[in-house]
Amino acid sequence: MAAKPVLYYFDGRGKMESIRWLLAAAGVEFEEVFLETREQYEKLLQSGVLMFQQVPMVEIDGMKLVQTRAILNYIAGKYNLYGKDLKERALIDMYVGGTDDLMGFLLSFPFLSAEDKVKQCAFVVQKATSRYFPAYEKVLKDHGQDFLVGNRLSWADIHLLEAILMLEEKKSDALSGFPLLQAFKKRISSIPTIKKFLAPGSKRKPISDDKYVETVRRVLRMYYDVKPN
Amino acid sequence: MSEKPRLTYINGRGRMESIRWLLAAAGVEFEEIFLQTREQLLKLGQDGSLMFHQLPLVEIDGMKLVQCRAILSYIAGKYNLYGKDLKERALIDMYVEGISDLMQLILMFPFSPPEAKEKNIATISEKATERYFPVFEKVLKQHGQDFLVGNRFSWADVQLMEAILAVEEKVPSVLSGFPQLQAFKTKMSNMPTIKKFLQPGSPRKPPPDENYVATVMKIFKLD
Repeated sequence: MAAKPVLYYFDGRGKMESIRWLLAAAGVEFEEVFLETREQYEKLLQSGVLMFQQVPMVEIDGMKLVQTRAILNYIAGKYNLYGKDLKERALIDMYVGGTDDLMGFLLSFPFLSAEDKVKQCAFVVQKATSRYFPAYEKVLKDHGQDFLVGNRLSWADIHLLEAILMLEEKKSDALSGFPLLQAFKKRISSIPTIKKFLAPGSKRKPISDDKYVETVRRVLRMYYDVKPN
Repeated sequence: MSEKPRLTYINGRGRMESIRWLLAAAGVEFEEIFLQTREQLLKLGQDGSLMFHQLPLVEIDGMKLVQCRAILSYIAGKYNLYGKDLKERALIDMYVEGISDLMQLILMFPFSPPEAKEKNIATISEKATERYFPVFEKVLKQHGQDFLVGNRFSWADVQLMEAILAVEEKVPSVLSGFPQLQAFKTKMSNMPTIKKFLQPGSPRKPPPDENYVATVMKIFKLD
């Protein structure tokens, strides 16, 4: 019997959250090791398990995978969430690339000054409503199907739902003007594995707070000012 | 007979160069459209060709693909440069993503102010020699094979070759201390498709100059 995947990261969203989403949506239970001290991190570095000296790292199927995208690609492929052929995979990759760019604008958000947070919030909402949400609304409109690719649940749907919820945390009516995305959100949220992940007590992490920022800065010795992208 | 892939970008390296490398390494001929004005970019956006109003754009096999990784993954998969199974693909992805982080520093370099250039070269040199090149030196040493993954030519080898040459343009002696990578570079240079790409007259673009930077700023309105 295969061991559960083990996720190495901070106790917070960051770059690991999309991986938690995908594993949960695939119905895969996993364990987590949370980085809390500099000593712990240095020990990990010295043990050689972090190929480029970075986290996230996921132990899965005998591999110690790093690089968020490599990890996500592997999980999607393994659990049949990556389309049925090369062309569907290309579409999924393209759509995930967009939601990744969008959520990427929020990665540094917890580390910003109060003033920069206001600016970045407006920037991300503007990008979401003028560039990204219209693109996905159009995809759904053009084929009229329930899922983004191949009339079947895929990684692209899970990633888009994550992005939608993240944006709504910044602006609760971010989806106004996007009726198909509103229906999509309801539909994907009610898929049993995803519904479970969205309920309290799951491995889903809350919005990053000052304690998270403090931990990351301490562990990574990252004491410089973070500017918005 | 299927059409050649068509690449739409600026006449320069930028985010399209890795795609040119991979197609060339796979022995695939392609056409290129070079944008020169912002109006051309906006028109493409209005046509619906650009899903996120961004370049690169590659038209291939009836698809209008954007997002570099999506394009590169498709090409790698189509031309059998993506390993033989999920695990080999994971290794290739991991290597390519790491190299891509290094290439990001090179990509941003032309746009940094003159006073920051020396520091940025030092950063590129440090990251290459302390974080990235040691990993691939070790991989090649441990398995003793010619290629990074599965004893077979893959996307990872092409990407590493591109990165080595790009860093060497900034830091000529960067491979001293990496004998496996030196041998790797020689082997890759002698592969027929890569050899052809490295010769004058190929679609390979020269290092970015002021003209390129000005064109990018104008077309993408980065001011």
